[in-house]
This record gives sequence, C-alpha cells and structure tokens, in this order.
Amino acid sequence: MDPQAAKFIGAGLAAIGMIGSGIGVGNIWSSLIATVGRNPASKATVELYGWIGFAVTEAIALFALVVALMVLFA
Amino acid sequence: MANPIEQFKIQPLVPLEIGGVNISFTNSALMMVAALCLITAFLTLSVRGRALVPGRWQSMAEVFYEFVANMVRDNVGQEGRKYFPFIFALFMFVLFGNLLGMIPYGFAFTSHIIVTFALAALVFVGVTIIGFSRHGLHYLRMFFPHGAPLATAVILVPIELISYLSRPFSLGVRLFANMTVGHIILKVVGGFVVALGVFGIVPMAFLGGVTVLEFGIALLQAYVFTILSCIYLHDAIHMH
Repeated sequence: MDPQAAKFIGAGLAAIGMIGSGIGVGNIWSSLIATVGRNPASKATVELYGWIGFAVTEAIALFALVVALMVLFA
Repeated sequence: MANPIEQFKIQPLVPLEIGGVNISFTNSALMMVAALCLITAFLTLSVRGRALVPGRWQSMAEVFYEFVANMVRDNVGQEGRKYFPFIFALFMFVLFGNLLGMIPYGFAFTSHIIVTFALAALVFVGVTIIGFSRHGLHYLRMFFPHGAPLATAVILVPIELISYLSRPFSLGVRLFANMTVGHIILKVVGGFVVALGVFGIVPMAFLGGVTVLEFGIALLQAYVFTILSCIYLHDAIHMH
C-alpha cells in the first residue's frame, strides 16, 4: 500500500479514540446540570470541579488527536 | 491552503553557538522573556501605590494573588503556604504563555512539548523530593493503599507505580496538545476563510467562536496545570 494512503487511514483510525472522551465530557456536564438542578445552592462548589473534570477528560481526546497528527505528519 | 504545522517552527532571531551547542535566542525565547516582562511589570507597577482601598490595576493584581493563594490553601493546606511562590510563578508563566500565543503573529511557547514537559517534570521531581524528604522511605507506602489485602499487592503496586510515573507526561502533554490543536484549528479554518472568497463569511463566524473558545482554553489549561500540581503536592505532603 502507498505509504501516504496508509498514513491517512492510520490517522482516521487514531481519531476514533475520541469517542470515549466525547461520552466522558457529556457525562460530566449531565451530572453537573442534574446536580445544580436538584440543589441550586451548590452551583458555586460544583462548577469548579466541572471545569477541572472537563479539561482533564478533554485531554484524553487530545492525546488521540496527537497520535493521529503524529501518524499524519511524522 | 496554508500548512498548519509551520506556525510552530522555531526561528533563531540571534544565532549563537558555544562549542557546537546551538543556544541562539529564538522566537520562543523572545516570547518567554516578553511573558516575564509583562508579568513583572503588571504585578510590580500595579501595586506601587499600595492603596488600602485598591484601584483598578491593584484590584486585578490582588485577584490573581488571591486566586492562586486560595487554590494553594484549599488543595495543599496550611503547610503548602511555603510552596505558594512556586505555584504562583508556574500559574502566571503558563497563563501568560498561553495568552501571548493568541496575539496575531504571536507564538505560544507552551505549544512545544519540550517546554511543557520541562515544567511538568520540574513539578514531578520537586513533588517526589518533597515527599521523600518529608516521609523518608515511608513515602513508598503511597504505592500500596492502606487496608488493601496483601495478595493484591502484586498487581496493585505496578499499576499505582505506572500511574504515578505517568503524571509528568499527562500534565505536559495535556497543555501541549490543547495549545497545539487550538492553533492548528485556527490556522486551518483561517485558510478556509481566505480560500472561499465571499462565502468566507461562514467560516469567519466559526473562527470568531473558536477564538473565544481558545481564550477560554488558554485560561482553563493554565488553571488545570496549576491545580493538578497543587493536588500532587497535597498527595506528597499528606500521603493520600
């Protein structure tokens, strides 16, 4: 197989790994919304954890993207 | 379409070489010096008046100070206060590094893995040394959670060890990947705006939204880097 074609296929396969992170980020916000819905007074406390959790989960998607870019460009 | 990777190229501005080692002053170094100058100027000049009721600039400097001080106090506890200067310097450096990259024709020095990994490795080595100096060899108990049956130690200790050793990598790669991917997206969508001519207004609107998102991510990633460092410090000082 042509190495350039293999690179494109590899990058596409590597990007599939972001599915998990998408589910994870959705989980975080859904819990956050449910929590604030049940107990609006707790918004200030849990909002911070929501942002930290989002950033850490998003990092996993970016690890997959970095692998895809490495396959494509290196 | 513009090559999105080219914006991360390191360009030597003042070529210097000592004994075969290339130590030129690069655009990355220029941005780091600019970040340092901005941080120092902002923090020293804005509190020069030392007003009891702060004006606008002094309020801003105090907001930064209190933000990081609260972070250290909540996550590390009272003994963590002596590490506050380091955490504050880390936060300001990463924050200004991320934000300077958002300036047009600017360069985000945090978009290079070697820079972010160096910072993360610094935190990791520092935290490990603090843990060993505080608890001695007792610190190795960190890898075997209290109260777990001894039979599970065979599988638990390697897992805990690997998860501990992966901290500098995840810390560094998180910051690097966020900055790099953000700027690549900006460059690629910018290429679309130019390529589509009149209909470029649609990717332009998207670009506006992504730029706002990138500013938010610049702030958030600096915060997450700092708070994870605080959490690792807490683990080292208080041993879970």
